[in-house]
Amino acid sequence: MLELAAVLFLVSIGVFLLLSLVPGDPAVAVLGEGRTPQEYAAMRHELGLDQPLLARYGDWLGGVLHGDLGTSLVPPQTGVLERIGSALPVSLELAVLGLVLALLIALPLAMWSAYHQGGRADRAISAATFGLLSMPSFLIGIVLIALLVDGLGLFARNEWVRIGDSIGGNLHHAFLPALTIALMEAAMFTRILRGDLVTTLHEDFILAARARGMSPLRIMLSDALRPSSFSLVTVLGLSIGRLVGSTVIVEYLFALPGMGKLVIDAANQGNYPVVQGAVLVIALVYVASNALIDRSYGLLDPRTRRAHA
Amino acid sequence: MSTPLLEVTDLRTVFHTPRGDVHAVDGVSFSLAPGESLGLVGESGSGKSVLGRTVMGLIGSGATTTVSGSVLLGGRSVHDLRPAERRRLWGPEVAMVFQDPMTSLNPVKRVGTHLTETLRRHLRCSRADAVERGIDLLRQVGIPEPARRMRQYPHELSGGMRQRVVIATALACDPRLLIADEPTTALDVTVQKQILDLLASLVAERTMAMVLVSHDLGAVAGRTDRVQVMYAGRTVESGPTRPVFAAPDHPYTDALLASIPRLGNPPHTLLRTIEGNPPDMGRPPEGCRFAPRCGFASARCAEEQPVAAVVPGGREVACHHPILEVSRGR
Repeated sequence: MLELAAVLFLVSIGVFLLLSLVPGDPAVAVLGEGRTPQEYAAMRHELGLDQPLLARYGDWLGGVLHGDLGTSLVPPQTGVLERIGSALPVSLELAVLGLVLALLIALPLAMWSAYHQGGRADRAISAATFGLLSMPSFLIGIVLIALLVDGLGLFARNEWVRIGDSIGGNLHHAFLPALTIALMEAAMFTRILRGDLVTTLHEDFILAARARGMSPLRIMLSDALRPSSFSLVTVLGLSIGRLVGSTVIVEYLFALPGMGKLVIDAANQGNYPVVQGAVLVIALVYVASNALIDRSYGLLDPRTRRAHA
Repeated sequence: MSTPLLEVTDLRTVFHTPRGDVHAVDGVSFSLAPGESLGLVGESGSGKSVLGRTVMGLIGSGATTTVSGSVLLGGRSVHDLRPAERRRLWGPEVAMVFQDPMTSLNPVKRVGTHLTETLRRHLRCSRADAVERGIDLLRQVGIPEPARRMRQYPHELSGGMRQRVVIATALACDPRLLIADEPTTALDVTVQKQILDLLASLVAERTMAMVLVSHDLGAVAGRTDRVQVMYAGRTVESGPTRPVFAAPDHPYTDALLASIPRLGNPPHTLLRTIEGNPPDMGRPPEGCRFAPRCGFASARCAEEQPVAAVVPGGREVACHHPILEVSRGR
């Protein structure tokens, strides 16, 4: 837990400094252009920007520790926490849904591919995953929209439905963006897991399991999958953090009010409290998901349990 | 003599590699009666492990492998069975003990799971029943506190204990044939004898047949009824273990025996070795494969492959100049 706190502390410094050092005057962002220097100076004073850096950091950090991330500079001038509170669930849902879909696609493909290593299915799957990986994610999104929305009319293009309002409507709307994310991630997961599975399948204990009369499917699920899933689980942890913060393109494509859109819009407007708060929260998600992943290694391999305890 | 449990006829295993075909097993025949034990000896690379796996059917014809000849186990051709039928043999008919207990147990599975899943797969018994049988099996292979061991993971056990677990797993469904592939090579010297004696006593108790694959002649001597000496994928000599080791007919067997260090030797006795290396199995020599390293080799040996000839005492030897002729006939 101490490490986590240390990481977050460093992130807070980084976020704060980065935005204080970038060019652009927040006072201009608030008031717009064409005001007198006096008005800008007054605004800077009001925002506390005439204080020394350390004092401003202390103020901000004090606020953060009390759950106050500040107020948006640009209208609507709501609290940063509220803005994040409405964007984060969208991004989290998208990330989790996308990763679940990705795993549902990747696990069977990787197992099939590894079992028929070097065979036709393996080569086809390998080519397909390479193709997906080399494609920009927005292209996948556009293709999916063209195919499933405009072509087949399976999904309608409409406003985001909050999960609290209608679970069905929410899932219906979230499915396509989640699938867009999932295809990308699934391609990567498939490659990673296939590689590890191929290595594991050459292990003696796999041959030994065969020699005990176990069926190929059973050996795959019960003997090979778990020892092969370390890289996958590690990447999964990184993916959660990454997806929460950087699905901007997908969010724009599908008009989703998520974290990526929040950060980019705020950054464009010079709305630094929102950027600071959002980046900090994304870092928190990142650190938390990776901490969880670290804990899960013990579940995957009993040999690592002693070392942790 | 009763009907054979295992009958191997002219078995060949060829691996198709990018560097050409490798004839790992090249026309080996033998048979095994119920309860009989056979030692399969030879240097590393002589094809004995591949032979064991091919006999079991773990290695079969595929994209990169061609198996020919026949293996009859209890009258059924192992390689002609459908995969699902073959899997039903693995456990109740034939089982294998592997070389390295550090790698042949799944590190993420409890000891007990290895046993119970095998039992439940073949005997269709309840979980509780399987656990009870598993504990009993661990007890039979001499593992103390078997109930506690069942819940442990392989890494919590010593090498010798792990190999006992591997043996217990192999014995779980009471196979009629046990193939032990270098079962003691990866173990401490002090543990090797214990494991070999355990195997020998289990084989005797259960009238189970055993193929003991080993490069260690000492492991095979005294624990097997018959011995088959392999060199470069072929059988060079076979027969009852004691007479073969007492007076080998084939120069290779003789050289192997001579290269065993003996306690009776005076200090600083030079250890005899066999000059040279086993042949590259991608391009084996034309005639007798041992000819380039053999002290008795003649021009004929380099050209003509010797055929196995029956010699008195139920023995066979594949050599143009067997020692019986050279030395005893002189």
